[in-house]
Amino acid sequence: MTAYTAPVREMIFVINEIAEISEILSLPAFSKSNIGTELVEAILEEAAKLASTILAPLNHSGDVQGSCISSEGVVTPDGFRNAYWKFIEGGWNSLVCDVEYGGQGLPELLNVATQEMWNSANMAFALCPMLNNGAIEAIGRVGSEEQKALYLPKMVSGEWTGTMNLTESHAGSDLSAIRTRAVPEGDHYRIFGQKIFITWGEHNMTENTIHLVLARIQNAPPGIKGISLFIVPKFLVNSDGSLGIRNDVHAISLERKLGIHASPTCIMAFGDKDGAIGYLIGEENKGITSMFIMMNSARFKIGVQGVAIGERAYQGAREYAKDRVQGRPIGVSSGSRVTIIHHPDVRRMLMVMKAQNEAMRALAYTLAKYLDLARYSLDTSRLQKYRALVDLLIPVVKGWSTEIGIEVASLGVQVYGGMGFIEETGACQHLRDSRIATIYEGTTGIQAFDLVGRKLNIDQGSAMRCLIADINITVAELSRVSGGDELIVIRNGLYRGARALADATEWMLGNPDIDARMVVSFDYLMLAGYVCSAWQMARAALISQYYLSIGQDVFFHKNKQITARFYFEHILPKAGALRDSVKYSSGNALIMSLPEEAF
Amino acid sequence: MKILVAVKRAVDYNVKVRVKADYSGVETANVKMSMNPFDEIAVEEAIRLQEAGKVREIVAVSIGVSACQETLRTALAMGADRGILVEENEIELQPLAVAKILKSIVEREQPNLVILGKQSIDDDANQTGQMLAALLSWPQGTFASKVELGDYSVNVTREIDGGLETLTLNLPAVITTDLRLNEPRFVKLPNIMKAKKKVLEILKSTDLGVDITPRLMTLKVQEPPKRQAGIKVDTVAALVDKLHREAQVI
Repeated sequence: MTAYTAPVREMIFVINEIAEISEILSLPAFSKSNIGTELVEAILEEAAKLASTILAPLNHSGDVQGSCISSEGVVTPDGFRNAYWKFIEGGWNSLVCDVEYGGQGLPELLNVATQEMWNSANMAFALCPMLNNGAIEAIGRVGSEEQKALYLPKMVSGEWTGTMNLTESHAGSDLSAIRTRAVPEGDHYRIFGQKIFITWGEHNMTENTIHLVLARIQNAPPGIKGISLFIVPKFLVNSDGSLGIRNDVHAISLERKLGIHASPTCIMAFGDKDGAIGYLIGEENKGITSMFIMMNSARFKIGVQGVAIGERAYQGAREYAKDRVQGRPIGVSSGSRVTIIHHPDVRRMLMVMKAQNEAMRALAYTLAKYLDLARYSLDTSRLQKYRALVDLLIPVVKGWSTEIGIEVASLGVQVYGGMGFIEETGACQHLRDSRIATIYEGTTGIQAFDLVGRKLNIDQGSAMRCLIADINITVAELSRVSGGDELIVIRNGLYRGARALADATEWMLGNPDIDARMVVSFDYLMLAGYVCSAWQMARAALISQYYLSIGQDVFFHKNKQITARFYFEHILPKAGALRDSVKYSSGNALIMSLPEEAF
Repeated sequence: MKILVAVKRAVDYNVKVRVKADYSGVETANVKMSMNPFDEIAVEEAIRLQEAGKVREIVAVSIGVSACQETLRTALAMGADRGILVEENEIELQPLAVAKILKSIVEREQPNLVILGKQSIDDDANQTGQMLAALLSWPQGTFASKVELGDYSVNVTREIDGGLETLTLNLPAVITTDLRLNEPRFVKLPNIMKAKKKVLEILKSTDLGVDITPRLMTLKVQEPPKRQAGIKVDTVAALVDKLHREAQVI
């Protein structure tokens, strides 16, 4: 079992230098609160303390004990309720929320770093505030003034939590099949149906839970255009904010699952008796649109889970490799044995983990910055540019980072050797926990479909072309700056990566056959992930070049350039293979040609 | 009532401290620095006394390089009302110099109580509080594990060899904190932002007219010798023999 220490120095580098938070803080939305970059460090240091001393120690015990269900409802593992109250009393739940409802109104770029910490420290725990924040965002955007005033203050403070109730047993990726019914009754509805996979659907950490539920109003049109969104509180809320009667919504059982054991995954029954009272939120039959506000926010944050779990796995593997003595250097047959970090293949694994973590982080934080710019820019053309980039990159960060998160967590097991396969070390848990991230909030396949079928199509590729143009600006900068071999390798690699992404993009845009595009959409998504993150690694190397030239913080910046070069030499080459897989695919015909019986 | 708390910027307790290559001291370049943990306990105690309604104002003071402002901001975020930094970027500050500067601040601020950490985890000198009390001719309660504040006096329970000792000190007094006095709180996010708006006054050490010239010279700083592996002996006689001949302790 290893401790968790938030990589604050690295986070500050990414926030201040790569994502340039000063640009965000000077926007009118933030300039009046007079937040300076010195606050970034103060905030991260305090968050790091909470993450490492309160949340991280409950990660393993929470996994072993798990949440369970009793006649009193769902019971969370020992210590979770206490930890949760420390978390909300610290004001961490509301970091990014609207000041009007008691939030701190800080940028997403700062929030993303704390999200990473909570998830590294205790992913199962972090899901609860994560979903609450998604619900807050949805109510904030589509709720009526009364609904906002009634529910938001306590959700923002964290005294109540929010959930999203989409999936039904027959309606997972295909939400159009939803059957949960909403029957009008005066100013509200009665909800009947069953939802599955409801994360933190019920728990004993707070006195109330506010469910956002997709259901079909009687006589609504069939399919996706007949689904509405409802607020269904666990306890009804009186107009003065006090709690009323227990609503007819209950967790009836918990799933047994591969990972995130502390997070209760509930089967929720609505209306076993008279029907659960629900209130329509947003327009009738526009539920999916409203829910996608929450979905997009959640998808981005799940992408951050990829980084988070990778970081935690890396920290464990790193400590073990520095401690475990085994064998001698190759070709040496006598003398003292060495720690395994001296062996080249262990080094390779640690480098792959470290480089990919840094790349994931740089890309995710860049997307967080784009989210801020897309929300708060005053300039209309910038607003539009960043909105388009956000839409484009959310499936990339969600899909690619969570796939890489599994890869890093799996290497984390491998570094330990046999001990990695033993639960006691904790490496197993990270791998088990990482596995859900490519599935929930839309599988990687769904993300790839979203990227290729929707995001690339909606503007005929202009956002992607704009992104590639931005990457090529960095290539040009790298050509201008004089540096060592590192920068030459990085420049050439980034040039080839941008070409690969451009080639594959043009192939996609030039191919009218949607099925053919879908066959290679996963490869395209991974290609985009590798190239966009390589771009951020290249920018990091450029920034480090500047600090090296003035002799500041040489240890950090030299290592940053070595790590970036490793990424370009040993990881980015995958981009070329993925491009080939897209470009030279014979398409749908090949994949579909094997008869079903042959499988 | 007014409390002055002294906070020092020290190497973070998680950092593995390394000796500088030239043996002139401990490496602090690119090392994470934070508030000395015993000082955090001092700030926490002052805040608890204030929350109990016994204290009107808490002034945090730090002495050292300009980066000590961050340490003071942490104290302000925890709950201190204002901060004073006595800036000194050149001269090495030894406990006597720190005590003299604090005395000068005490004369300026007129607190009823000064609370300090019993020692800082970098130099581990354990001198400043005692020196300050002597310079002020105030009573001192060191290694406090419990503090009960009255109107004119304060009861301090001290951790001493073999047990606990409780002293009653007349105010004004100096208290230094031990580890078990309290558990410092987590800083709340909104308070980090509020701390930015609190007053932080910066003085130059030269403005105070105090002689801070170092009185001690550091010759060399080095790591303690590595522990040697032990051996097993077969008999008590062999043990006694070794203790006598090799270790020369009996």
